[in-house]
Amino acid sequence: MKPSADIAAAVMRGAFGANRGRTAIAILAIALGVALGFAIQTVNRTAIAEFSSGIATISGAADLVVRGPTDGFDESVYPAIARLDAVAVASPEVEVDARLPGRDEPLRVIGVDAFRAAGVTPALVGRGSDALDLLRPDRIHLSSAAHAWLGPGDVKEVTIQAGDRVVTFAVAGSVPASGNQRLGVVDIAAAQEAFGRLGRLSRIDVRLAPGADPDGAREAIAALLPAGTTVEPPARTADLAQRMTRAYRINLTVLSLIALFTGSLLVFSTQALSVVRRRTQLALLRTLGLSRSLLVRCLLVEGALIGTIGAGIGIAAGYALAAIFVDAFGTDLGAGYFRGEAPTLAVSLPDAVAFGLLGVAATLAGAWLPAREAASASPSAAIRAGDDARAFAQVGSPWPGLACLAAAAIVVALPPIGGLPVAGYAAIALILFGTLLLLPRFTRWLLMQVPRPRAPPAALALDSLRAAPGQAIVSLAAIVAAVSLAVSMAIMVASFRQSLAGWLDQVLPAELYVRAGSARDTGWLDPSEQRDLARLPGVRRVEFQRTARILLRGDDPPVTLLARDFDADADAERLPLVGDASRVKVGDSPPAWINESFADRYGAGPGARIALPLAGRARTFTVSGVWRDYARQTAAVVVRRDDYRRLTGDDRVGDAALWLEPGARVEAIRDAIETRFGADRLSLATAGEMRQISLSVFDRTFAVTYVLEAIAIVIGLVGLSASFGALALARRREFGVLRHLGMTRGGVAAMLGVEGFLASGAGLAIGLAVGAAISLILVRVVNRQSFGWSMDLHVPAGQLAVFCVALLATATLTALASARRATGGEPVLAVKDDW
Amino acid sequence: MNPRRRRLLQAIAMALPGAARGEAAYPGIGPGLAIAFPRDHGSHPDFRTEWWYVTGWTRDRQDRERGVQVTFFRSRPGVAEASASAFAPRELLFAHAAVADAAIGRLVHDQRAARAGLGLASAAQGGTDVRLDRWSFVGDGDGWRATIDAREFALDLRFRPTQAPMLQGERGLSRKGPRPEQASAYYSVPQLAIEGAISLRAEPHRVTGTAWFDHEWSSSYLAAEAAGWDWIGVNLDDGGALMAFRIRGRDGASRWTGGGLRDAAGAIRRFAPDEVTFVPGRIWRSPRTGIAYPVTFEVRMGELAIAIAPLMDDQELDARASVGTIYWEGAVRALAAERPLGRGYLELTGYGEPLRL
Repeated sequence: MKPSADIAAAVMRGAFGANRGRTAIAILAIALGVALGFAIQTVNRTAIAEFSSGIATISGAADLVVRGPTDGFDESVYPAIARLDAVAVASPEVEVDARLPGRDEPLRVIGVDAFRAAGVTPALVGRGSDALDLLRPDRIHLSSAAHAWLGPGDVKEVTIQAGDRVVTFAVAGSVPASGNQRLGVVDIAAAQEAFGRLGRLSRIDVRLAPGADPDGAREAIAALLPAGTTVEPPARTADLAQRMTRAYRINLTVLSLIALFTGSLLVFSTQALSVVRRRTQLALLRTLGLSRSLLVRCLLVEGALIGTIGAGIGIAAGYALAAIFVDAFGTDLGAGYFRGEAPTLAVSLPDAVAFGLLGVAATLAGAWLPAREAASASPSAAIRAGDDARAFAQVGSPWPGLACLAAAAIVVALPPIGGLPVAGYAAIALILFGTLLLLPRFTRWLLMQVPRPRAPPAALALDSLRAAPGQAIVSLAAIVAAVSLAVSMAIMVASFRQSLAGWLDQVLPAELYVRAGSARDTGWLDPSEQRDLARLPGVRRVEFQRTARILLRGDDPPVTLLARDFDADADAERLPLVGDASRVKVGDSPPAWINESFADRYGAGPGARIALPLAGRARTFTVSGVWRDYARQTAAVVVRRDDYRRLTGDDRVGDAALWLEPGARVEAIRDAIETRFGADRLSLATAGEMRQISLSVFDRTFAVTYVLEAIAIVIGLVGLSASFGALALARRREFGVLRHLGMTRGGVAAMLGVEGFLASGAGLAIGLAVGAAISLILVRVVNRQSFGWSMDLHVPAGQLAVFCVALLATATLTALASARRATGGEPVLAVKDDW
Repeated sequence: MNPRRRRLLQAIAMALPGAARGEAAYPGIGPGLAIAFPRDHGSHPDFRTEWWYVTGWTRDRQDRERGVQVTFFRSRPGVAEASASAFAPRELLFAHAAVADAAIGRLVHDQRAARAGLGLASAAQGGTDVRLDRWSFVGDGDGWRATIDAREFALDLRFRPTQAPMLQGERGLSRKGPRPEQASAYYSVPQLAIEGAISLRAEPHRVTGTAWFDHEWSSSYLAAEAAGWDWIGVNLDDGGALMAFRIRGRDGASRWTGGGLRDAAGAIRRFAPDEVTFVPGRIWRSPRTGIAYPVTFEVRMGELAIAIAPLMDDQELDARASVGTIYWEGAVRALAAERPLGRGYLELTGYGEPLRL
């Protein structure tokens, strides 16, 4: 190493020592971005591993899987498929979510024909002491996870609510099904009989004969299936579940990338200030013979060092974070997609390396400009004191920034790509970049608008800021990014929460809600029970709902069908309809109301005719309206229960909404229901409780978002305060001169306070504006395209005001504190500092 | 629960009619048995167990000898008898098929299992018609036809009777143990003429030969103390037919024996239990399962002494995937004083774990 490099290394080390606080924050910011990204990726990988192993167990060696709607399909399909030449083994199944009295969560129970399952899905063949137990109608085999869930200790029997009956199965052994799945296996005949599924099948796993053409076999099978029953390779079934969580996952990953971006900006400001502070020393190094390129390299190494440490911490923290996330929220991060036991983390080394490199790259990107700046300064000018202000002085061409903003305006109008709001994210990135590129101009323009105050310290502060926007923007970039992120998230979450609250009021018009079971559940109320419920004293009116899941297209997730009691068309208005609510001429086909996801996915709107497969036949409905559906991200459709009953013959219901007589007590009705239907049969909730539960689920889902938001603001603030401190220290000479000219120590402090106030105010104003723009994109584009949810924009004014005041106060106080430190010494010494 | 109380409860449970416990009530085979054809070629679904068993020696155009075995089992496990489901496992069907080729050195075999129903598996009454997916054994006016499409081989064989059926035991009532209810209905059709095709490892062979058909049904075949049985059925070269069996106890000793000989003229001689003796000879141990089988025997029936020697040693059939057991079912030669007497099949069950039906 050349001697100059040695000296350079010493200077760098010195700089690290002197800027310990700022460096630490920069490291922290990078670590945060890396940690979040890596954690989310790891959680996702765990979820995929979990899910794939689940699919592998359930589908086994199947080449094709025939799936039907909730109520299944006619069993006559099975022998027809089994007889096809291309089919080696066809394994029929009846699958239900068995409702266990006294438990909120159901147990997945699969009825199999052990003889057939042995050839396709051996993991679904129970193991026990007596092989005949595989056929006995009152025996169940449990997976280890189900056993553990139903425990503790030895589980002797499982009692299942099936309609108004209770069926008890003796535990005969275990199912080798993969570790984390809660699963019970019974004989298929028992499942049909016990769960009211006589003549119906839920799925058929098909293994093809060796040498059979898969496409031909698939077509041959498809030709045998009734409407609403599909045949797909099992991998696509896994895909489907994957796709459900993809939008949510990508949203979180983008958040982590924004954190990384903020980190990069922080590195930039840290390095920029450090370069400014060391301007004289660096110039000295140059005169001592350190080449320009070597200086750039030294400064980049400095950045890379920050990046590497940050990335290292980030990977470790990310792993810990992933473990905490999975433990606390499950593999879907609280979104409620998956159920089951906590799985083991699936950590991938390439992921860790990729996110580590991303962190280092972000740091290098942040360090690049300051390094260039330092190297390009003329050593002879820079070596003199007072040149600091010239750093970053040049304001570049406005066109790149304007081009970014213009591109954002165009991109935002693009449709989703592969079901993801890629364009929305691109627009957000473009707005952020454009703003940062234009930041010096914006800031100067904003400061020009501020009237010149009379008090000399304030006037001086304004002048110094107006004259030196180069320094100001350095500290502002990070705060603008952090503020815009925080503001946009705050507006988006507030809009969402507000819309959800309004939506809940609309969809929960009754006082009391009773649930016997959900779509695939074995809990239901038959007509005589429905009558009994309606006749309970104190009940004024009951509206029943039957939930089913139907398949519209083979590779799509199931569509939720809600058959609801509507007394009159006016009742349908209780649906949270969006858009033009004008009455649609229904004609001869019955009406259906679709949710926004349905409208988006199948391109249907009011007046359109849609075919819904009911009881194995495609039935035509006319879309009478589109409603907002925060309860699910998948497609759903509401039809009148009269129509549903007429077309399917299914007169069971799962849910009931109860309107009470004036003065009727909820408690009394609760007791009456318990007396008639038993203690564990139905779950009851008042509208208020349902509202509460829904909102708390919402808050839990967005907990991760809240955490990110808070961290971004804290980092922004800490970065800002660090920048002020550094700036103030760098300007000690200036303060010395001012003191010599007669300004009091208090005057200097006031000047710095006003500077802090103005600078952060400018950052805040720009951040607010950008944040508002981004929030609009999040609400109107990203959420709509990711989840199919529209919402009303709601600006949490109070929250934002408090945020602004707190930020301004913190910034001003920080500036004052740094002023105290900077003006603490003797003015003479401060001026002498130069030479 | 104390042991005495449990025994009492068990006794009460045993005394209850089967249906009340959800278990089936099975008919027994008694002195009233009157076998009639073609009715009794068909299924007897009320009985616990039934099988249609055809074994034979074939010869292709290159004069290569191979043994073939096709078996269909029917079982009424006595569960889900009251179920309304089309899948109710009231009746189960199993099938085994095997080809014994000395050039291969072991049995080439395959198996099927299914619950009867939905048109995929059935055992008809009134005449032989047993089907299990693509496998079938069907009787018509002129014998039987077996169609088997297995992993390594395929059979399409016709079996034409040349003699009348031979009722075993007392007019078809074959005692299997000292207690009168330990009995089955059992008849054989020996000296069947085989004609058809055996496709072995994708190589087709036209074959002819001689087969032996057994049809047997029962509700209590094996006593709890029995471990398994040894059985031979031999088509004698002179047109006669010989069947002998012994039921072994868990100690390996004979618990019951029986047999019959029909000469070419049709005269039947039945052997009392004390007239039949199986003397095991050479032991062969399966390299796959480790089970030891006596693969040669000297069978004494009255004054007759017949030596039994296998076509090859390894004729073990692993049927754990269907009926849950492993047995030895092989083509054998029968010799008397070193002179060939006939060809047939030897069946050895319960040498691994005790057999449960």
